[in-house]
Amino acid sequence: MKVLKQREAQLALSIAALALLVGWRAPVFLTAPSLANLLTDSTLLVMLALAQMLVIVTRGVDLSVASTLALCGMAAALLASRNPGLPLAFVMLAATALGLVLGLLNGWLVGYLELPPIVVTLGTMSVYRGLVFVLSGGAWVNSHQMPAQFIAFPLERLLGLTHLIWIAAATAFGAWYVARHSRFGRDLYTIGNEPSSARYVGIPIARRLLWTYGLSGAVAGLCGYLWVARYAVAYTEIAYGFEFTVIAACVIGGISIAGGCGSVTGAVLGALFLAVIGNALPVVKVSPFWQSALTGIVILVAVLINARGGRSKGRQILQLHLKNSARSTA
Amino acid sequence: MNSAQTMTAPSTSRYTILDRPGFRLGALLGRWESMLALLLVAVFAVNGTLLPHFLDLDNLADGTFNFSEKALLALPMALLIICREIDISVAGILALSSVAMGLANGAGWPPDSLFLVALLTGMACGALNGVLVTHFALPSIVVTIGTVSVFRGLASVVLGDQAFTGYPQLMADWGQGYFFGVLPREFTVLLLCAALFAFVLHATSWGRRIYAIGNNPVAARFSGIAVDRYRFMLFVLAGAMAGLAAFLLTGRIGSTRPNIAMGWELEAITMVILGGVSISGGIGTIGGVMLAVLTLGAVTFGLSLANVPGIYMTIAVGVLLLVAIALPRLLRGRKVAK
Amino acid sequence: MRAGITAVHQETVMFDELTVAENIYVGRHPSRAGRIDWKLIEAEAERLFARLEVSLPVRARVKDLSVAQRHFVEIARALSQEASVVIMDEPTASLSQHEIQELYRIIGQLRAAGTAVIFISHKFDEIFTVADSYTVLRDGQFIAAGALSDIDEAGLVSLMVGRAVQDAYPKASVEPGEVLLEVEGLCHPTEFDQVSFQLRRGEILGFYGLVGAGRSEVMQALFGLTANVSGSIRLEGKALRIRGPQDAIHHGIAYVPEDRQHQGAHLSMPILQNITLPILSRVGFLLRRRRTEECAIARHYSEQLELKASHLLQDVSELSGGNQQKVVLGKWLATQPKVIILDEPTKGIDIGSKAAVHRFVSQLVEQGLSVILVSSELPEVLGLADRVLVMHKGHVRQVFKRGEATPENVVAAASGLEMETE
Repeated sequence: MKVLKQREAQLALSIAALALLVGWRAPVFLTAPSLANLLTDSTLLVMLALAQMLVIVTRGVDLSVASTLALCGMAAALLASRNPGLPLAFVMLAATALGLVLGLLNGWLVGYLELPPIVVTLGTMSVYRGLVFVLSGGAWVNSHQMPAQFIAFPLERLLGLTHLIWIAAATAFGAWYVARHSRFGRDLYTIGNEPSSARYVGIPIARRLLWTYGLSGAVAGLCGYLWVARYAVAYTEIAYGFEFTVIAACVIGGISIAGGCGSVTGAVLGALFLAVIGNALPVVKVSPFWQSALTGIVILVAVLINARGGRSKGRQILQLHLKNSARSTA
Repeated sequence: MNSAQTMTAPSTSRYTILDRPGFRLGALLGRWESMLALLLVAVFAVNGTLLPHFLDLDNLADGTFNFSEKALLALPMALLIICREIDISVAGILALSSVAMGLANGAGWPPDSLFLVALLTGMACGALNGVLVTHFALPSIVVTIGTVSVFRGLASVVLGDQAFTGYPQLMADWGQGYFFGVLPREFTVLLLCAALFAFVLHATSWGRRIYAIGNNPVAARFSGIAVDRYRFMLFVLAGAMAGLAAFLLTGRIGSTRPNIAMGWELEAITMVILGGVSISGGIGTIGGVMLAVLTLGAVTFGLSLANVPGIYMTIAVGVLLLVAIALPRLLRGRKVAK
Repeated sequence: MRAGITAVHQETVMFDELTVAENIYVGRHPSRAGRIDWKLIEAEAERLFARLEVSLPVRARVKDLSVAQRHFVEIARALSQEASVVIMDEPTASLSQHEIQELYRIIGQLRAAGTAVIFISHKFDEIFTVADSYTVLRDGQFIAAGALSDIDEAGLVSLMVGRAVQDAYPKASVEPGEVLLEVEGLCHPTEFDQVSFQLRRGEILGFYGLVGAGRSEVMQALFGLTANVSGSIRLEGKALRIRGPQDAIHHGIAYVPEDRQHQGAHLSMPILQNITLPILSRVGFLLRRRRTEECAIARHYSEQLELKASHLLQDVSELSGGNQQKVVLGKWLATQPKVIILDEPTKGIDIGSKAAVHRFVSQLVEQGLSVILVSSELPEVLGLADRVLVMHKGHVRQVFKRGEATPENVVAAASGLEMETE
């Protein structure tokens, strides 16, 4: 417990340090509007990282999130552009529901058919991405085809913060609740720890996995609408490759790919870290082409640090000179 | 070493053990490779009847260009997955190798050296992956997610939004050329590499050890296999093959752009999984992988002949993968774990 | 579990990253208004441990606990489920004497509370201490049942084996020769310190100790599996540099690990491939062409060990436990070692097969091998070994010669107690 707390604190400090460093080079970075912009830019990654965290905790991975996002975003865009009178809430709901269905397919294959998650989501990733093309006929949906409210919603402000930030905050709260205070969430950690033992204590593994991937899909669906609305365009290749950025955010946030541990704070911080890098580069006049390379280096460093912390140096058999209070005399 | 005499001494055991089970047709037909072979024949039959020019040999030869370089990535990927590792960075290594060739070419290096440039760049990248996975004991999926960003990123940085062109004719000869006017050079290289990989994996002690590592890495180590050394060499091999693929691909398309071979790592993994290699390691054959390569190639080529947009192939490949892994589970009667 | 039956397994069903309190309630967290009631969980856990008179921090992560503590958590879990029947499957396998006494006390508590306990064990001292009645099973069939007051140890043994067991420990008449292996000052930062011993040719050297004493760790270090090991190893007078298992095998040391399934055998690989795996370089590089030679080697050792299988290409997973062990032993014999280390070779094997393994160990020394026998079963070590080396918490405590070793002084040494020595 203490070690993990340290890890997240280290990450938070690193983010602060990085921001300060950038701010020292370009003070405009640390102004309120710039930071608010940073926060807004990070929201989609934060939300997807939270959902992915739950999947990774169960020893799985969801490579199809970006494709699900694209498909639901395109569906939302088409729906809104062809039915401008439709209430926005309905469109958002439709996107989320479609994402849920797409995720449930993953969940069924992984949970009930017990197929390996990486292969399943590799397959659905391709299929969903292709379906974007089928749905749109290859055409783009441009901003002038979208209703004004559709585009405006994500960036409209409520009490000074954009809707995006509120939605991301709500998602973070929801994820925290699920992970810490719901039986569903605790069961996920149990499954990730020891799948065979989890079955033994009576946890309905298939059902849990079904809804975990469903949740991942639903969040991706909502993000699909938000993405398309925010950038005011929808086409087949949106968010191409984004699934790796999401996984990277989780890894940086200390969520172990081996499953069983990981915190909401970690996922949020990991996403923020990547967002800071992304926003910082143009401000310090580093070519945006460096972003990918820097992201990669950050991932490797994060994984190295995580691994060091968890490495066991053989069993402690020799008597320690110091009294270890955790080892009680049974 | 025991002499042959001791070996053939009369058995003192109560039990007799045969060397191998008798030939059972059911076992042969039930193998993944057999079903793939049937699928390949079916695809050929369907495409042949529906599309007028599919079975034309020249057309088929042309069709091989689409998948030859990808398949070169799939071969070492198969070995890695059998060994319970994975390399998501192979396409990134390809891109970086291509960029390296472009730089060398631009600096006036002789055309004969470009292949070596690509190969060495690939091996260096593979070595980086190998060191991170073996020496630092990091999970390969996460390492290669990191390194693919680094490799593609470096390629991006060098290229900017330009492209390298002006490659020598030697490369175009290899990428686009034919042997004896009929056999595409790329496809020949692929077949030779496949034969080599199959030989190493199925007929040598190296291959046996790779299977053992994938089957049970702990027991393999306890049995005296230098597990880390094998893993390292496989990552270097994957890098080298990516370098080879870079040479051929760049030769074929004549330029290096930042999005070269985009998404190819996942296509390579699809070829391998479809080929019957299990993601949990220890199972799979090169023959199966090649059958999957040919099947996917035939499907893709057929769709392109029918003027179907490329994106539909993505759907087809995804569906094929899902059906291929789900079907055996469904047929065996799924155990619903409630 | 719904029927009110719960089990405490030999390998505990524990979730390492979760806390003690959560492990007790795993899968059935109590909730209040849809929210998990963590306060209740922790309070209940404390209450259960108080009742068991065991002190354990409820917020500790299970991965930091010892084996005995993990058992207590599982028992607490059983209690919290208010099971009417608790099944304990070899629960004392990894416990110290003190911890075993604790377990007996807790079983007493369970009985007093009206819970029925099914205690699965093959250790007679435990059975006679704890139980009221017995049931004997053999080869999956019911053999006999009755009250323990009506039977004695020999009677139980004959029921278990099906015949009167005369000599459980056939001792070969091989006199140990000159010193073969000399280990001096073997040290590891956390696992063991200053381990020194000698193994003579044709000798069976027993390594006794409680589970967790560091014996397997020493053997694995000897075999080259561990990093950070310092000290010297000499075989036949020559200093060895062992950087990995390949070196150890090359010099003639073989290690048959304790965990047959995970460390010993490749279950989904054929018998043939399992047996020849460490000696592939001797078989040849082009395995396809050396098929007959490979089969001959595998057949030779399979027959020597009387392996029961239908063909050499059969997967090891299809064999019985005893036969799987034979494949593992065959694999190591095929490396033609000078020293063979057997780590708990009879663990989890029924008493009939145990006798076969003991005979086999005697045959090994008759064939000229030297054996290091790591075992936690006192009768086995006392019966087979020429000398008994006792380890405790990572140190070598004492070495007993065959005549000197008694159960009392060996156990005392293993528990770290000082005994008067002559």
